[in-house]
Amino acid sequence: MFMKKIFTDRALHLNRRAFLSKSATGIGTAALASLFGMSFFSKNEHGVVVENGGGTKGILDALHHPAKIKRVIYLFQSGGPSQLELFDYKPLLNKMRGEDLPESIRQGQRLTGMTSGQKSFPLVGSMSEFRQHGQHGAWVSDLLPYTAKIADEICIIKSMYTEAINHDPAITFFQTGSQQPGRPSIGSWLSYGLGSENENLPSFSVLLSRGTGRPNGQPLYSRLWGNGFLHSLHQGVQFRAAKDPVLYLNDPAGISRKSRRKMLDKLSELNSMQFEEFGDPEIQSRIAQYEMAYRMQTSVPEVMNIENEPDHIYRMYGPDSKTPGTFAANCLLARRLAEQGVRFIQLYHMGWDQHDNLPTAIVKQAKDVDQPSAALVMDLKQRGLLEDTLVIWGGEFGRTNYSQGILTPKNYGRDHHPRCFTIWVAGGGVKPGLVYGETDDFGYNITDKPVHVHDFQATLLHLLGIDHEKLTYKYQGRRFRLTDVHGHVVKDILT
Amino acid sequence: MQIFDLSFFKALSWIAAGCLLFLNACENKTIETETAYQKEKLQTVPEKVDFNFHVRPILSDRCFKCHGPDKNKIEAGLAFHTKEAAFTPLGKEKNRFAIIAGDPENSGLVQRIFDTDPNEIMPPPESNLTLSDYEKKILKKWVEQGAEWKEHWAFIPPVKPKIPSPSNSAKAQNEIDYFILQKLEAQNQPFSAKATKEKLIRRVSFDLTGLPPTLDEIHDFLNDNSADALEKIIDRKLASDAYAERMTADWLDLARYADTHGYQNDFARVMWPWRDWVIHAFAKNMPYDEFVKYQLAGDLMPNSNLEKIIATGFNRNHKITFEGGVIDEEYRVDYVSDRAQTFGMAFLALTMECAKCHDHKYDPISQKDYFSLFSYFNNVKEKGFPGDQEGMTPEPYVTLSQKEIESMATFVKNLDTLPKIELMVMKEMPQPRKSFILNRGLYDQHGEEVFPQTPEAIQVSKKYEPNRLGLTNWLFDKENPLTARVAVNRLWQQMFGVGLVATSDDFGNQGSLPTHPELLDFLALKFQNEGWDIKAMLKYIASSATYQQSAKASKELLRKDPENQLYARAPRLRLKAEMLRDQALAISGLLNRQVGGPSVKPYQPPGIWAETTGGGGGSTAKYIPSKGKDLYRRSLYTFWKRTVPPPSMMTLDAASRDFCTIKRQETNTPLQALVLLNDPQIIEASRAIAANAMAAVDTPEKRIKYIFQLVTSRLPNEEEVVSLIEYLAEEKNNFRKEPERVKDYLSIGEFMPAQSDEATQNRTELAAYALMANAILNLDESLNR
Repeated sequence: MFMKKIFTDRALHLNRRAFLSKSATGIGTAALASLFGMSFFSKNEHGVVVENGGGTKGILDALHHPAKIKRVIYLFQSGGPSQLELFDYKPLLNKMRGEDLPESIRQGQRLTGMTSGQKSFPLVGSMSEFRQHGQHGAWVSDLLPYTAKIADEICIIKSMYTEAINHDPAITFFQTGSQQPGRPSIGSWLSYGLGSENENLPSFSVLLSRGTGRPNGQPLYSRLWGNGFLHSLHQGVQFRAAKDPVLYLNDPAGISRKSRRKMLDKLSELNSMQFEEFGDPEIQSRIAQYEMAYRMQTSVPEVMNIENEPDHIYRMYGPDSKTPGTFAANCLLARRLAEQGVRFIQLYHMGWDQHDNLPTAIVKQAKDVDQPSAALVMDLKQRGLLEDTLVIWGGEFGRTNYSQGILTPKNYGRDHHPRCFTIWVAGGGVKPGLVYGETDDFGYNITDKPVHVHDFQATLLHLLGIDHEKLTYKYQGRRFRLTDVHGHVVKDILT
Repeated sequence: MQIFDLSFFKALSWIAAGCLLFLNACENKTIETETAYQKEKLQTVPEKVDFNFHVRPILSDRCFKCHGPDKNKIEAGLAFHTKEAAFTPLGKEKNRFAIIAGDPENSGLVQRIFDTDPNEIMPPPESNLTLSDYEKKILKKWVEQGAEWKEHWAFIPPVKPKIPSPSNSAKAQNEIDYFILQKLEAQNQPFSAKATKEKLIRRVSFDLTGLPPTLDEIHDFLNDNSADALEKIIDRKLASDAYAERMTADWLDLARYADTHGYQNDFARVMWPWRDWVIHAFAKNMPYDEFVKYQLAGDLMPNSNLEKIIATGFNRNHKITFEGGVIDEEYRVDYVSDRAQTFGMAFLALTMECAKCHDHKYDPISQKDYFSLFSYFNNVKEKGFPGDQEGMTPEPYVTLSQKEIESMATFVKNLDTLPKIELMVMKEMPQPRKSFILNRGLYDQHGEEVFPQTPEAIQVSKKYEPNRLGLTNWLFDKENPLTARVAVNRLWQQMFGVGLVATSDDFGNQGSLPTHPELLDFLALKFQNEGWDIKAMLKYIASSATYQQSAKASKELLRKDPENQLYARAPRLRLKAEMLRDQALAISGLLNRQVGGPSVKPYQPPGIWAETTGGGGGSTAKYIPSKGKDLYRRSLYTFWKRTVPPPSMMTLDAASRDFCTIKRQETNTPLQALVLLNDPQIIEASRAIAANAMAAVDTPEKRIKYIFQLVTSRLPNEEEVVSLIEYLAEEKNNFRKEPERVKDYLSIGEFMPAQSDEATQNRTELAAYALMANAILNLDESLNR
């Protein structure tokens, strides 16, 4: 009798489909739903298992207003690119080269410890030439020839400003809305709010590359893509140019796919027996998570495999695009992830921290990113993806208009500058070809249409159909949001 | 001050209370998607509306933002955080009232929440806050029934409750059970059966030591039919080093301990001697008051000595920046704030941080209170920016020579025998630094000068010295309403996964209410009056019938009490990140039982540190794994780099150690499955388990039983055995056909079985058993206790 039951059950467990059909009758439709869709569970503060934001659905039942975009690719230029050599054309600085920054312009701006001790602040203009491009005559430096060519596709914001003057707090501020570590990253907020469009890939993906401009510049921190107080499901998942493209993704050496499948079937079978005995819905959730992991093991390598990309695509992104782990290769991967419906694709390119030797370093650094960034925009466009994707290009702050260290005929450096810097955005819902905001002739202060970091974040959420004041998470008694208690949508740049 | 109204809690119908607790929990999706049953309950307005249970949670969450403790933000002169403010006359003529007891029609509060005019309705649309119909009805009914006001429970000192005498007390084992049974009786719900002995020993073992029981322990316990069999196990566990390590693991979260400074290049720091002191203190069962006093103010205590000074490292565990160019004062202020906030959360369960920039929105903590508390921690001669070079220890610090360690601090396990250790500690400046309210919390915006003073809302009769020692003495004053409750609540959380107050980090107005307020007070007073004895309290909880119930949940019970707030069953809890790894190490025999010493670097996927480093960072630029036995230390000794924490631990919900954490998340994600299936540490342990099983017993059935019991603490039933025999045979067959796979699979990790063992003779067999051990380690049951 007993053996007979086992054999009947085993017949039912022959394959996963059979297991699922047993689930349908044996452990209820909720479990079945969670196995098919990607449903996520956690314990609430009372320790009870609940389904929560994530999976195919986020916390928001409906968008706050119609969305213009479905996904974001954020090309973060880590270290603080000099706006003065790239986008913010200031011929006055060339004319006044070597003269001291007037106090009337500095207006008591606090300086970092790296230049606060300097006896003088010699102004220095760009070593690179600027030209006007596109229908609206946007000024773009010769360091960015490919970006210049897409001037009509992008919206250049010259009036960004931030509060932080050092890397760690400034990057953390941009990515989480707070200078102090511990809050969720933008991508985590989106995963929490909107969920995922592809149940087999993480909705928040991260790719890193190291610049050639200053290879040993300043570091990154994996907490930048952390989930903070949100469910760990929402943490950014790093896609790496390594044997394990996602940490712990590969089956151990010696374990075949067939063997792994068999193990998961065995786990499902034994876990189901436990469920029948203990009734804990967490067990059903565990089965679902293991199945999702199994699917990720296939879908991640598929999306990472760029071997079948045609040559003209490689040519478009440039020669580096065949070298895994470069910014160019990551741009290409970003497009592939976007095609797969990944919600938030965050690239970090390190090496923009040109305190010294700026003239030589920035040439290399700009070359790393110019062609692939432009290629990404155009590649998305030719696939019809640009209309519902937002591409963002920019760093955590700008750089000073005066030289850090001694100004020589051929060499100078620039310190961090929070009061104005340039980023560009392109894609759905944003006016293409627009140059937004203005700085003074010294490139030191904003004179028109300032955009704060929180405004930028509010606008990003707005494009996704989210009111930044309404996407909140209550933690330790307080409702937190990405924009803290600030932020205004920059309506002027929206279509 | 009003006396805590206990009669109310007794009389309260549990349907109503459960319903409101649920409402109070949080407004996230978690709540909205809970069972339909819960939703039904929401619709029922209780017979008698209670202010603390039903009304204040709504007022706090939806109204305090503009009508609460933040005196600068009070709209229309109306606030609901005190009785006086709530009943104050309003308007020019002072003839209008928000609340008129018994007269909802003329109460402005009721009028405005039911108003449909967007210019009139409360909360206003721009607040993005709304009230549900149920909540509106509650507020109206409360006014109707006389608008009785009560003080927030947590700020009223506990009063010794009468021990209940429920009629269903046959199963009770100590007083805890009487309190629990009293609630159950009202629900006509009995205790669940006692858990099996296998489950009990596993539960006690993990809860008290973070490690599974050994096979010998299990066998001895199963064969021990004496009445005190479990008590003997509890005593043995509490006496072990493993107990001290398990307690320390939680304390490291609370104390935001890490092995790096936490910003930018994230240089290494040496704080592990402080961690060794914590282990030492738990091992010798230092009373909680003393334990905390040493850490907060050991340097100021009479007869201060090296040990007490080392303990003050607690206050220096916060992050410190080494980023070149930062503004010194900005970061120094951050460090002091971190100390004050950690103090508030760890010992008072108050979210002080909210009061840094303005008066607290929900709790009676003013910005002045915040900076008065801040000033206790402000008298340290320290720098915000100590420098940008690795290896320098930020002042103040003590230098420990090997000689000093051997004579005065033997608990510091200087395994590398470093010639000297510099350890950050607290040291008071002779002339206290002036403290100010910082407007909007900004470091350079000095407001009114403030002086050390404890928060006004928490009053004790006695006055204390205006320094950290005085603050600590105030904390442990018997009249302090929070300290003991907060501490026992955390111990309850350790044993049940959730505290009697679910928000163990927030006892304020936005926090959860206690499910069993009288029990909480009973335990708090017991803890306080019986010498703050941590081991005794844990033993007491473990000895209750409540704790020893089975975790089986019938459909009906799940439906009735999904959150297990009635405690009619024991919770089934997933093991914490450290426990999951430690379990694999322990049962495989790989675990290195060395206690204390410098942190170690077990397996970690290659490149994770290197790919984020900027080239600086020195010893933290590149992860160089430990070798040999250091790969197998307990997880609390794993080197913690704050900016790039160990990824497997983070995936399994470890705290980031950026700031004080009292309660971790408990999640279930696909990335966790990948870690548990594929982490070399687990694969290697599986192989060691397999080798041990092959050496210990001979037939497949015996080996399967051996492994299964080792991992889950119980023997498999017949059905499971049959299933696993089949699995083993199939996988062995597959391995036989593909010998390459055997070689690959057996080469992961450093561990190799002894040459003489059968495991080395029959490698195909070993691979199949290892694979099966890996599967068993991934059973949901194995991931739970």
